[in-house]
Amino acid sequence: MSDSLQIGTRSSDTAVRVIRKDSSLMRVQAVLLRHLYLMRASWPRIFELMYWPSIQIVIWGFFTQFLLTNSSYVAQAAGVLVSAVLLWDVLFRAQLGFSLSFLEELWSRNIGNLAVSPLRPIEFLGSLMIMSAFRTLIGILPATFIAILFYEVSIYELGLPLVLFFSNLMIMGWSIGLMVCALILRVGLGAESMAWLTIFLIAPVSAIYYPVDILPGWLQSIAWCLPTAPVFEGMRAILFHQGFSLELYLHSLGLNAIYLAIAMGLFIWSYHVARKRGLLLQIGE
Amino acid sequence: MTQLSIEVENLCKSFDEILAVRNISFTVAPGETVALLGGNGAGKTTTISILLGVLLPTSGTIRLLGQDIVRDRFPIMHRINFSSPYVDLPRRLTVRQNLMFFCKLYGIVNARERIAQLSDELELKDLLKRQTGSLSAGQKTRVSVAKALINEPEILLLDEPTASLDPDTADWVRSYLKAYQNRTRAAILLASHNMSEVERLCDNVLMMKSGQIVDQGTPCELLQRYSRTNLEEVFLDIARDRNRPNTSESTEPRENIEVGDI
Repeated sequence: MSDSLQIGTRSSDTAVRVIRKDSSLMRVQAVLLRHLYLMRASWPRIFELMYWPSIQIVIWGFFTQFLLTNSSYVAQAAGVLVSAVLLWDVLFRAQLGFSLSFLEELWSRNIGNLAVSPLRPIEFLGSLMIMSAFRTLIGILPATFIAILFYEVSIYELGLPLVLFFSNLMIMGWSIGLMVCALILRVGLGAESMAWLTIFLIAPVSAIYYPVDILPGWLQSIAWCLPTAPVFEGMRAILFHQGFSLELYLHSLGLNAIYLAIAMGLFIWSYHVARKRGLLLQIGE
Repeated sequence: MTQLSIEVENLCKSFDEILAVRNISFTVAPGETVALLGGNGAGKTTTISILLGVLLPTSGTIRLLGQDIVRDRFPIMHRINFSSPYVDLPRRLTVRQNLMFFCKLYGIVNARERIAQLSDELELKDLLKRQTGSLSAGQKTRVSVAKALINEPEILLLDEPTASLDPDTADWVRSYLKAYQNRTRAAILLASHNMSEVERLCDNVLMMKSGQIVDQGTPCELLQRYSRTNLEEVFLDIARDRNRPNTSESTEPRENIEVGDI
């Protein structure tokens, strides 16, 4: 469906005749072009397209490999997978809760109001952490009751160590959330999808559903450099009646302190750059 | 001697190779309204953003209420406020929730009384329960003014405060700001394209072009100097480099101008 319309010519010698075409195809092209321009200008958007399939295949590939050699794994400790899912969700919700609270301020163009107020960056980060804990509890508590009701698996049977696992995962979630916010401050809202997908980058090496031992040697080294792997190993140690491992807890806590310090440093640096470039009032797609 | 509210000295801001603000200096005294007037890209918003602390200067000194804000701005942030077209109020919050949020942010203890007072003065009572996103442009502006005055600021920085408002609402906002200033002796720095707004509100005008202050004076002084009947014509003279006054002090871009001394 296209018919040509010719309109308006200028009187000067250099005039260019404007030729218009009523074309659905061109309008569709325009919309495609708008999104392709956006995608081309934002590497996180392209990265996201490749990200999920790769992460899924890595996690479930390792898990399948593990089950092939340890078919009695789940039978030995009822609820190990359900507990792993719940604790993983603590980490995911903590990070997402932190990043989303920050993104809400950008989406509503309220970040300028906060920046031009007596609110200090450290107070802002503190409030995001509290909001993250609040959002996590709202998300996780119903799920824990569903697990008890439908699967007779109570994560609360982990006892006091549950509080330690929970706090370690929360801190790791905040660290990743801080890094995501720092990235968004640097490159703009084009990186907002990072809030949902960054956490899954560490999922394969966090030993959520399978022990660290199942990973190739070089990945095991990476796993032990993350605070998450000791938490999930610690959870399995309790569920397999090996008791609470103080060593694993301190390992995780120490790494968390390092990650949190790095993440805060990154955020403060990004905030400084944003102030230097005037991005705080202009952050957008 | 009364402390100046705003003191800007040799302020420069560059973005890579582009000089957005070039060595400007001015002061604003308590109870004084000063306008930054200039075309798009003149450096008005950049200057205001630096004063707000959301943009770091390349060089220069800025003191607000005697505090060097480049070193540490937080001790005086509860004494200033602003309005800018680049920020919004959270749309999904009601007007009351928004005002309560800003009361807390600025440490206002008697928040309920303050909100009641502002609602009364700015005719917001019927809007308090409505979502901010559902308001008309004029209503939103009244809420933004309430937010900007929530902490009874001693310095008010306004970037295009009446942009996109109908003449009636714009006039109402100007009257309210003038009344607020008469009552509190707040210093107001205003960036605007609206010449009638500047003529009506401002004691002094800083004419900006290409990041520099190219002329300054009271609205009357500028009209006399350029032999014009309104500021719009003065603005066009400066923007188009025509009809420049012969007085030596106005022919070149000027530096180190102290508005408070004029």
